[in-house]
Amino acid sequence: MSKKDLGLLILILVVGTVVAIINPRFLLPINLANTSNLIGLFGILSIGQAFVIITGGIELSVGSVVALLGTLFIDFIAVRGMDWPLAFVLIIALGAVIGLVHGWLITRLKLQPFVVTLCGLLIYRGVARFYTADGTAGFGFGQNFPDLEFLTAGRSYGVPNSFIALIVISIVMWVVLHRSVFGRYLYAIGKNEEAAKYSGIRTGRVVMAAYVICGVLTALSAIYFAMYTRSISPASHGQFYELYAIAAAVLGGFSLRGGEGSLIGVILGTVLLQELQNLVNLLGIPSSLNFAVMGGVILIGVLVDQQWGVFRARRLMLDATRKGVAGAPAE
Amino acid sequence: MNHGVMNYSDTSIVASTVAPFLSLESVRKTYPGVVALDGFSMEVRPGEVIGLVGENGAGKSTLMKILGGVTRPDTGTITVDGVAHDGLTVEASLSSGIAFVHQELNLFENLDVAANIFFGREPLRAGPLKLVDRAKLRIMVAPLLKRVGANFSADAPVASLSLAQQQMVEIAKALSIKARLVILDEPTSSLPLAETDKLLDVIKALKAEGISVIFISHRLHEVERVADRVVVLRDGMLAGTLPKSAINHDQMVKLMIGRMLKEREKAAESARAPGGVALSAKAVRTSAYPDRPVDLDVRHGEILGLAGLVGSGRTELARVLFGIDERFGGSVKLDGKDLALGSAADAVASGIFLVPEDRKLTGILLDLSIAQNISLPNLPAHARRSLVSASAEVATAEKQKANLGIKAPSVATRTGTLSGGNQQKVVLGKWLAMNPKVMILDEPTRGIDIGAKAEIYGLMRALADAGVAVLMISSDMEEVIGVSDRIAVMHEGQISGILDKDDFSQENVLLLAVGKKPN
Repeated sequence: MSKKDLGLLILILVVGTVVAIINPRFLLPINLANTSNLIGLFGILSIGQAFVIITGGIELSVGSVVALLGTLFIDFIAVRGMDWPLAFVLIIALGAVIGLVHGWLITRLKLQPFVVTLCGLLIYRGVARFYTADGTAGFGFGQNFPDLEFLTAGRSYGVPNSFIALIVISIVMWVVLHRSVFGRYLYAIGKNEEAAKYSGIRTGRVVMAAYVICGVLTALSAIYFAMYTRSISPASHGQFYELYAIAAAVLGGFSLRGGEGSLIGVILGTVLLQELQNLVNLLGIPSSLNFAVMGGVILIGVLVDQQWGVFRARRLMLDATRKGVAGAPAE
Repeated sequence: MNHGVMNYSDTSIVASTVAPFLSLESVRKTYPGVVALDGFSMEVRPGEVIGLVGENGAGKSTLMKILGGVTRPDTGTITVDGVAHDGLTVEASLSSGIAFVHQELNLFENLDVAANIFFGREPLRAGPLKLVDRAKLRIMVAPLLKRVGANFSADAPVASLSLAQQQMVEIAKALSIKARLVILDEPTSSLPLAETDKLLDVIKALKAEGISVIFISHRLHEVERVADRVVVLRDGMLAGTLPKSAINHDQMVKLMIGRMLKEREKAAESARAPGGVALSAKAVRTSAYPDRPVDLDVRHGEILGLAGLVGSGRTELARVLFGIDERFGGSVKLDGKDLALGSAADAVASGIFLVPEDRKLTGILLDLSIAQNISLPNLPAHARRSLVSASAEVATAEKQKANLGIKAPSVATRTGTLSGGNQQKVVLGKWLAMNPKVMILDEPTRGIDIGAKAEIYGLMRALADAGVAVLMISSDMEEVIGVSDRIAVMHEGQISGILDKDDFSQENVLLLAVGKKPN
């Protein structure tokens, strides 16, 4: 765990303690379970976003994809009577295809990630609304999918299964990001794509893979969100989720320029965001201020981090001067 | 420029009788733990061109900082124009007419020449809107451009100018603040031959006007051509001053490093006769000159120098051979087999490696460690079941570190903190770890000090001796002639001629570079 991650963890614990003191209901099992369920749902989404951000890209269509794929999933199993495992696989495959198309447009046709995924944001939202004719996708009366419901919205030993899913995914993705050849390529490309290319890395493929990973994880979270809300009005479902994901990554120490950030960081970022949401509810802050609180905390967090970086750089320079390195310039 | 020999000697006679414009006396500057300058004295007379040379870390930068007023010396006196100071401030330095032209130019590429020269000091029209008076600006800029012998207009956007022309803009800027001493820091390190000549002409023009110049360069033959006196720094001390008559390459090197270097002799002797053709390009066309097919063969065991002016298509050819740029027709064969070369990954897989021109942007990743940089092109070989093995990486890197003599605390050191020479060795190390068949080096010693240069030449020779085909692009004439076994010269996208060792001469290379027949 890096110092940055540790700092974030301490912040989470401090905020948690303060909230618990003011309102002890924060620590009630039901509240913790609800919050950790949301952490699970948003965490899966944010990990996907993190993989894109590490390459220096961005994925703005996440919220719309959650709406579109959630709508389709419910439609497949509730209206079309498809077996849920088949529908599950189909939705994940669709997520992969969306990621592949984005990645292809970005790496092969050299479009900017912001532009491609902004168009995605508009297109998928529109398609989702059109698909349901601006209606609501939901389950019919008495429709039950016990296995699916247990896996997505159920609990084991009081812990939401969505949260357990996040932990499993986090471990796998931690290995991929921090230990695998692919993960090293991602960091290298994020730091300097040209230099990575000059080292013989097929950067296009690696970046494309990052968007596919994001698409798959977004699709997975879309299913979890669908089973959590159980009814979807595509006009508003999943709105701003891409921003939650980006915010979690930024809080977790990711640089939007790419090449920086850790998996633990993005998870902790998600935890802090959900804790803040919970804080707004528990402390009786008007829920209309929700976004303002979140924005304020992110701004302060980034500011402190940046100022800390400046401070450390200055201290390093002073140390170097004391050791006398300054007399010998690097070039 | 029409400042002939007569004029030249006239001014130096005058110069020696006039009081110095700048004189430093026993200047000492220490940083805790290190003495950057120790008892350093020098004089600059009006109209005198001083060549300032020294290895990296010899104290040149500290001296520049003192003259620029960025830092104060601990002891010693700086006398400017008869006024003695303990140390200069930035304002004092500016107002006494000391101007710097840095290696990295400080120009706004999107603005035109005139706007750059008078940036922040634009003549304004009367009225509350403070509009720039373009007409007056042009009148003010014209004589400055004339003085530097500019062949471009004041309205030209800086982005459209060549590097040498941009340097002229910088010098014009220096003149506009009535500079009396212009300090040029490595001005020619990225200039091609013809452009270098232009710049040296400008220096002579400044001199003729009585403006003093301090010319800092690693390119000793240019110092030889232009300096009236050479001041050599070594380890913060004055290693020696050479008068005009004693300025020559070997003397400068001897003073710089305290011993004689046999770099050129060492690089010249080839241990074996070249073998068969390794890399063969047939009718290859590049993005720079899509209508000009290039044929080029590089043999096993030879160093083929690729000379030519910047913009002649050398770098583009290298990029095509490395698979980075798209090939517009033609074929590339390695040991007789056709290569697809759709990407750099293809080239790397076939054993064709490139040490690119721009080390910091494309050669290495400054934020990664030495070990991570060296393993990057061959990462799967340093991994078990797709998981990177740090110990395998360190082992490979340690081997290259020892082999190349990379000076760093450990292989976990960030490459961004290394000196240019050591960074270049990391670039070389990542390819040497993979058994190259063809090694393409684009300006491999640019911005590298003379000791590291010799080591890199030695390495190239060792590679060739091991049977590797080495293709070296270089704008440094001494380097091309001293290091190559054969020299191919490019002119406007085509190979204008290939010289064998017996025909090597600066004149021949230059003639081919401008598209003429060699003697």
